Amino acid sequence: MARFSLTSDRAGVAWLGLLALSLAAFPWYKGVPLVSGPASSALAEALSGRGWFWPLIAAVAALGMVSLTRRWQQSMLALGLTLGALVVFIWQGFAVGLRGPSAEWVGAAFALAGDGQAGLGWGGFLAGIALVGLLSDLVAARGFCRGERFAAFCITAIVALLTVFVFFPILKLGVAAFIDPDGNLALATFWSRLSAPDLWGMRCFVGAGRCGVVVNTVVLGVLSASLATALGLALALLVNRTDFRAKRALRAISILPIITPPFVVGVAIILLFGRTGLVTGWGADLMGVRPSRWVYGLPGILIAQVLAFAPVTFLVLLSTLEAINPTLEEAARTLGAKATTTFRTVTWPLLRPGLAAAFLLAFIESLADFGNPIVLGGGYEVLSVKIFFAVVGARYDLGNAATLAMILLALTLIAFWLQMRWMGKKSYVTVTGKSDAGLAAPLPPILKIAVLAVVLPWVVFTLAVYIIIAAGGFVTDIGRWDLTPTLGHLVTAFRFEIAETGLELYGSAWDSMLTTLWVAGIAAPLTTLVGILTAWLVARQDFAGRRAFEFGTMLSFAIPGTVVGVSYVAAFNIPPVDITGTAAILIICFIFRNMPVGMRAGLAALAQIDKSMEEASQTMGAGGATTLRRVVLPLIRPAVFTALVYSFVTAMTAVSAVIFLVSARHNMATAYIMGRVEAGEYALAIAYSAVLMIVMILCVAVIQFIVGTRKLGRRQELQGRAATEPAE
Amino acid sequence: MTETAIEFLDVVKRYGSATAVDRISFSIAKGELVTFLGPSGCGKTTSLRLIAGLELPTEGQVKIAGRDVSRDPASERNVGMVFQSYALFPHMTVLENVAYGPTIRGVAKAEARDRARAILDQVGLAGLEARLPSELSGGQQQRVAVARAIVQQPDVLLFDEPLSNVDAKLRRKVRAEIRDLQQRFGLTAVYVTHDQEEALAVSDRIVVMKMGQIAQIGTPAELYERPASAFVADFIGDANLIEGQVAGGMFRAAHLSMPVEAKDGVVTATIRPERIRLAPGGIATIVQAAYLGSRMEYVVQDEDLEFLVSRPISDPRLTAGDRVDLQIDPADLILVR
Repeated sequence: MARFSLTSDRAGVAWLGLLALSLAAFPWYKGVPLVSGPASSALAEALSGRGWFWPLIAAVAALGMVSLTRRWQQSMLALGLTLGALVVFIWQGFAVGLRGPSAEWVGAAFALAGDGQAGLGWGGFLAGIALVGLLSDLVAARGFCRGERFAAFCITAIVALLTVFVFFPILKLGVAAFIDPDGNLALATFWSRLSAPDLWGMRCFVGAGRCGVVVNTVVLGVLSASLATALGLALALLVNRTDFRAKRALRAISILPIITPPFVVGVAIILLFGRTGLVTGWGADLMGVRPSRWVYGLPGILIAQVLAFAPVTFLVLLSTLEAINPTLEEAARTLGAKATTTFRTVTWPLLRPGLAAAFLLAFIESLADFGNPIVLGGGYEVLSVKIFFAVVGARYDLGNAATLAMILLALTLIAFWLQMRWMGKKSYVTVTGKSDAGLAAPLPPILKIAVLAVVLPWVVFTLAVYIIIAAGGFVTDIGRWDLTPTLGHLVTAFRFEIAETGLELYGSAWDSMLTTLWVAGIAAPLTTLVGILTAWLVARQDFAGRRAFEFGTMLSFAIPGTVVGVSYVAAFNIPPVDITGTAAILIICFIFRNMPVGMRAGLAALAQIDKSMEEASQTMGAGGATTLRRVVLPLIRPAVFTALVYSFVTAMTAVSAVIFLVSARHNMATAYIMGRVEAGEYALAIAYSAVLMIVMILCVAVIQFIVGTRKLGRRQELQGRAATEPAE
Repeated sequence: MTETAIEFLDVVKRYGSATAVDRISFSIAKGELVTFLGPSGCGKTTSLRLIAGLELPTEGQVKIAGRDVSRDPASERNVGMVFQSYALFPHMTVLENVAYGPTIRGVAKAEARDRARAILDQVGLAGLEARLPSELSGGQQQRVAVARAIVQQPDVLLFDEPLSNVDAKLRRKVRAEIRDLQQRFGLTAVYVTHDQEEALAVSDRIVVMKMGQIAQIGTPAELYERPASAFVADFIGDANLIEGQVAGGMFRAAHLSMPVEAKDGVVTATIRPERIRLAPGGIATIVQAAYLGSRMEYVVQDEDLEFLVSRPISDPRLTAGDRVDLQIDPADLILVR
């Protein structure tokens, strides 16, 4: 009996111990080497005059006293002190900034505050972790998560991480929109930025004038989403409702955009349709069409986006079509409806919620897209690109970038909200679980012709783009139809020699390639971990605020990459969390951008697994962590694989947020490619992209080999058999 | 007095505004098999999960072996549980499933496996150690689940509707096995079911629950013969419920009037269908007659009252439309308020 209470006490005491160590034994500030130890700890700093540490130290000392009493973990006093410590911990970080105190009374109270303070270092981060751990332990002791310490810790930690790395930056960005660089409230500036004519202008509709950037963004989003939805619908109908043979090939093509690095599709389109493009050239030669720059601007971006988003809408609409119970259509036929009438009166209405979902999904993607507009935009400005130039361009104007980012965020959230509402109410689920034997009605002939008329050009177009990508890097100049094979571009990028000193890498792309590989390699498992953990918490743990928790994680997915990038610049350039220019900020950015995909994969897998298996494990004495490792993870291995692959590939091809966060030391492949595109070195960009795609495919194969899915396949087969056999 | 294994003191469990368990108290003696019985949503499964630690009480105390475990998670209690779906780990063999608990609790791997083998032997599964659960029949899977639950000598063994996935024909055999195992190992067991026949067959005592509260606790015979309420009378076996009143030592309802020993007031009289006898040629009419193999079941209309009557097959056979006389011994009437 004593054994149990002892174990329970230990967790809390351990967190408290770590907290004390972080204050007394580790250097508090960033940039101080770990070896300097207690001499530069918070305690030492406090003793040497940095008095703003005293409230935190006092709170921790009081906690130490309380922990000597019996059942201290269940006492209100311990919880109150911990929350107090958390508050003063956060307060001390913001009270004194890099250059001095943030409020006059702080400066008056502490003389040394005038010197300012650096960002958090070893001690600071450890203290944060220990406080979160202690808090989770105390709430678990009070019955949170049914007393499960591990689950309580995971929830507290993820909430803390989301707060620091998702909500805090957005908040900071929001504040930056209202505050001028000197720290004064600047509502007038905000208003003038918000009402600027170059945002909302509508002149393009009435004459030859140009529209504002917001109008441009929305027009692009609506057009792009409409076309992508139409194309996705055609593809889905072709696969689900006709005897079309190459269905597997179609699915394979639909995966391509995921592993295609950004910019390269845009470059291929320029090489095809630009003023000196291949198709343009042939048009001029054969039909006398005068070459023009028509592709730069709305048409070019549209083509590239439709190409990129059609696979997404295709998958959404395919699952909608598959979910329609065929007996409904059969019923219509037996009641005397013709094929076209059935489609119009039964199939189409059932498809509408799926169409809306696909449209909104593509709309959100279009708003967030950065790679295509920056390559193909020409004079057509959209929000994501304008935000980028407000931060990275010659005129650094964070306030303006923040205002634009808030507008983009608002647009996205409205679409996201509509999507949630729509999905929540209007989805006609016609799958009943009963096995209705019915065959999906084949498409009426007229529709079939229409579908083919849409799909075939798309296939030709996709093939053309990918042929350019596949070949472009290995011939002298595909844009001028000079097809002399060459390895010249590859050598520029990836030249290496095996000299006496060992392997020497000379190519200009090695730096970014290696950084990308190891950053993605670290980010992917962490992303998977956080994503799958979150899924497990949401699906399996019953805790106060679970819905809000789920919503918060999903929301972080809806924030456009550009906005995330700017918000990180706004939040993490200055203390207390001062991490720009490090590889850590790239990794953290990837984790929180891609985590929701791991979460969705995990949720889907967990829905298939009987919850009582985990409860069985618990009644046999296993805590949450053991249950997760020994029971849950082995059963959801395919989801782990999906999450790993997706987060790895996305980390390698991501651009919109990353472009703000790369530094000279930590450059990423996509940023390098963007540089080459801007310099007009198209062949080099294409060669690099092709190599990147090959590397990604190889890495995915390696991940598959490590995670392995074979054993599971065998068991599923057995289960399937057992289920069809009668019991004893 | 016998040692107490489990004790509930004013236990309340709420989910938001819904109350699943509404201030219940009871205690279970060591070595006893107690069943929670009730309709769905009565709080019986929640009560079981409160013992397991899979739910923590909103108010009140749960004690196991004298220790207050109200705030301990499942992993820190010593309980064994057999789940409705068995919850065998599909990625582990039978042996690994049973050895899981001891391994988790820090027993050396070899010894954990020895213990698991010994238990599997006891439940008659020797030779199947290397199989995966999916390669076993339903009955075998259930025995693995039981072996896994008892291998750690738990303070209490919990069964959550263990027969609901067993073939109807096998249920009698499996429940006898469960009872036998519980007696052989001297285990304290708590059993949840909504099937009153199952409850009567396996239990030492039954806790009948209704809307989160305890309707009655007692041995199977006590519940059947002396139900404390119309609900219990109706839920345990079949019963005719007659609402009426007692005045001056006589129970009256419609045209009925029978001498009883009870205080005056409004009451419900209950009478078991097999306690009513039928004689030919009376004023009551047989409305329905059903042949059930071992007995006949009649619905009899007696003026305003309708009775369910169960007679042995050896009695003279009656058919719908026959006129009969209902004979009730006043001693068989149970009055509840």
